[in-house]
Amino acid sequence: MSTFRFVRAPVEPERLRAQLADPGCGGYAAFEGWVRDHNEGAAVRRLEYEAFEVLAVREGERILAEALDRFGVTRAACVHRLGDLAVGELAVWVGVSAPHRDEAFAACRYIIDEVKHRLPIWKKEHYLSGDSGWVNCERCAAGAPAAAHAHPHRD
Amino acid sequence: MSAHPAPRTEAAPLYGLLLAGGRSTRMGRDKAALAYDGKPQLERAMALLQRHVARAFVSVRADQTADPLRARYPQIADTRADIGPVAGLLAAQERHPGVAWLVLACDLPLLDESTLAQLVRERAPQRTATAFRSSHDGLPEPLCAIYEPHSHGPLAASVARGRHCPRKFLLSSDVRLLDEPNPRALDNVNTATEYGALMNELRAQPGAADKRITVQYYALLREQAGRREEALATAARTPRELYAELSGRYHFTLAPEMLRVAINAEFRDWSTPLADGDAVVFIPPVAGG
Repeated sequence: MSTFRFVRAPVEPERLRAQLADPGCGGYAAFEGWVRDHNEGAAVRRLEYEAFEVLAVREGERILAEALDRFGVTRAACVHRLGDLAVGELAVWVGVSAPHRDEAFAACRYIIDEVKHRLPIWKKEHYLSGDSGWVNCERCAAGAPAAAHAHPHRD
Repeated sequence: MSAHPAPRTEAAPLYGLLLAGGRSTRMGRDKAALAYDGKPQLERAMALLQRHVARAFVSVRADQTADPLRARYPQIADTRADIGPVAGLLAAQERHPGVAWLVLACDLPLLDESTLAQLVRERAPQRTATAFRSSHDGLPEPLCAIYEPHSHGPLAASVARGRHCPRKFLLSSDVRLLDEPNPRALDNVNTATEYGALMNELRAQPGAADKRITVQYYALLREQAGRREEALATAARTPRELYAELSGRYHFTLAPEMLRVAINAEFRDWSTPLADGDAVVFIPPVAGG
């Protein structure tokens, strides 16, 4: 069982966790991504997330299916916020339940890494200075040659 | 009293005029009715023009108003005979004095979206006209150009003195000259031989027919395009060509190497052939999580 969803209201991890309960599972691992108050030296006031939802949901479901398949976990789910988020809010949640802890940890790590690099989701940072910028877009566009940025961004 | 300072002089509204009142003497048949991609050139040119102006008209001779092809569009009939294309522009300026006119000849089958978009974007309303510099002889191209309202007085005076050539008018006026983004966009087709050669060339390019494509924009591209979505007709054969065309219009700062492409909500290669009705999304560098 797996689901990927976007939500526009605050995420409640306790309720999501309950959906992963399974009598055959002895381990549960979760990852929460929170809005941080700084990025690359700039003080961040709030964030704005935007997604190409149809494709992102399809690709998100593919990532979850890959995790079930590769790691033999029982259930996996991912929820991503869209819209305006304040510092400290939960932006993304990943949860996995499995018979044993090793595969739960590994699958959870796999899902969040793939979600960050494959899903068409964009983040605009609004800084304390009043400036704002699309993460991974504006500095690249203004700075070094494009070829230097052809790689997927690791962060 | 307004709290805002007085705005800089606003540009006059832009209307479009397709010149279809010629006699097509050298062609031997009506150039406006010649088919490209299965559609008469007049229809193709009007579709292109209508996307860039507030109102578009067909310029006709007084004896052409009942022609079925021309009668499908709002018309402005010439009021002067036998002086060539300036007759159409003068009649249009007299009918709607306060507007600028984007004038197009009806024998430019290779004219493309990005060329017209550049003309409109780089229009200089304080000058007499905005025009392209010919890629062949470096002279101004008078029949794909924008004439500001204040061009009317000098143009009418010049014609009254027997000077009918619109290129000579531009050469003696204060004109903003632009370089053509596509050096063949303003190639005109005047003879049956030229038409035949071009048709052979177009047939050799299977993707040349206009396609209707929907483009959705996200994040930085949405802000730079100033819109979330648009439907457009394009000759682009691949997403790569489409992105180049749209970059010409919106000055996107992201190089294609930084983007991915989705067609009909699936990731695709940049060289995937585009089909009529496709929905395309260019995907800037992502930053989920």
